[in-house]
Amino acid sequence: MPFDRSAVAQYVAGVQKGNASTLVWPQIRSLLRLPLPPSYTQFIGRKLFRLILTVQGLGAFALITLGVILTKIRAARRAVWPRIYQEISRVGLRLLPMFLFMAAALGLLVIGQTVSWLTRVGAIKYLGTIMVLVVVRELGPLTAGLLVLARAGTANVVELGTARALGEVEALEALGIDPVHYLVVPRVLGMAVGVFALTVYLILGALVSGYLWAFLQDVPLRPGDYFRQLAGALQWLDFALLGLKTAAFGFIIAVVTCYHGLAQPLHLEEVSAATVRAVAQSVIGCVLLDAVFIIIYLAL
Amino acid sequence: MNQSAAPVIEMQGVAIGALREPSLLLAEGVNWRVAPGEYWAVAGLQGSGKSDFLMTTAGLTPPVAGDYKLFGEPMPIFDETRLKTRLRMGLVFDSGQLFNHLTVAENVALPAHYHENLAPDEAQSEVQSWLEATELTPWAGRMPSSIGRNWQKRVGLVRALVLKPELLLVDDPLAGLDPRHTNWWLGFLDALCRGHPLLEGRPITVVVTTADLRPWKGHARQFAVLKNQKLSVLGSWSQLESGTNELVQELLTM
Repeated sequence: MPFDRSAVAQYVAGVQKGNASTLVWPQIRSLLRLPLPPSYTQFIGRKLFRLILTVQGLGAFALITLGVILTKIRAARRAVWPRIYQEISRVGLRLLPMFLFMAAALGLLVIGQTVSWLTRVGAIKYLGTIMVLVVVRELGPLTAGLLVLARAGTANVVELGTARALGEVEALEALGIDPVHYLVVPRVLGMAVGVFALTVYLILGALVSGYLWAFLQDVPLRPGDYFRQLAGALQWLDFALLGLKTAAFGFIIAVVTCYHGLAQPLHLEEVSAATVRAVAQSVIGCVLLDAVFIIIYLAL
Repeated sequence: MNQSAAPVIEMQGVAIGALREPSLLLAEGVNWRVAPGEYWAVAGLQGSGKSDFLMTTAGLTPPVAGDYKLFGEPMPIFDETRLKTRLRMGLVFDSGQLFNHLTVAENVALPAHYHENLAPDEAQSEVQSWLEATELTPWAGRMPSSIGRNWQKRVGLVRALVLKPELLLVDDPLAGLDPRHTNWWLGFLDALCRGHPLLEGRPITVVVTTADLRPWKGHARQFAVLKNQKLSVLGSWSQLESGTNELVQELLTM
């Protein structure tokens, strides 16, 4: 698409007259298509500007979604609640077989080997602490979040982006139906519940399969000792933060993917690029949130 | 038609922007008044902004300038408190714009589910009556993508009617239809204007857009054309035929 100088001129004139309003999408798009300046500082500035716009858009969308959840949770229950159950089923239940497979793989790759090596170096007494640190606090939630992003988050962008490009969002608005309430809220709640539930299954599956792998390697560790160590290392805080963290991962993935599918006018050919952007930003969002939780764990 | 009644649509000096790019001006200085029970056809060539004009009339995009009132309420209406006024109007898109994740029957039932909080079985009889009246019963369980475009348009019409609006806006209903479907649409819109039994016999106000005026002879009662960013109100069919508007002559002789 050729660069539209008229939109930039219109905005610049608005700034000069002092009546420029918030940047609207066509103007932003035109600004972003400006040829890259030769200076690296300006290049970095432009990248930073783009980042700020993305963060602003995502933040606003997240706040709008939260507002709609809080104010309309009881509205149109017959139309919206079945969609929430549908999303929980789609994100949680239907992904369960894949998660059980991943739990077995995680058990083999991480836990089985860890148990085996801890036994060899005589450090088996640290097993519970290591398992809780690695699997319950970090690997379980992050793996679950990334898998849900890959399987259901990408589908969100494609579905909503296509719906947007085909005018379905306008059709909802014409019927007086709030698109955020009808399309986004079920996905956000479904994903928050789904990521939490799948993380629990993933952790339980990984811990059990991990012991099985260790058992097959003739590691002298009784099941009772193994699970006693795990239970001893777990604190109430782990349960609380696990719930909070996984629900937050689900929220972030749903908000980012819905934002890229829904919040901007899209043409069909732009849907794949929007999907790639949404995946990258969801991963960054989850990792940043994970870092925040590490700080919380260290502080408490 | 009751000229003294409060207008359904009242535009004064309205400027219309494109739906996808509101800064792009498609019409300006629009002064238009639609009284209850009227049946308007707004004509224009492809790209003249008919659809965007209808989208602004439906309140999907705010007017760029001017004063627009729907049933006496300033438009656009986005807040929930005035939603009831907005729901007195139904909009039919040119290609139906159906929800692809729902079946035909679910598409039709969605507004009732959402706004009246009806359970599927509670809305079923109402939906069934509308599907029968529009010959859509055989397609009720099908997904929109598996039925023809002619039928998709019809589903869009029923979906807009299920909340029993007082004003119906229809974007280019006859585009791409075969003669049988064309006659059905003309007859059904006439019936709505006279008062359809499913609307308790209450006549509704109808506004359609079109790129071809000829089929609307004997059906629509008021005409207007969109050309060069202006909306020209032409009056009745006889006034339209006797006028000298170049575009009208072009649209009549195509």
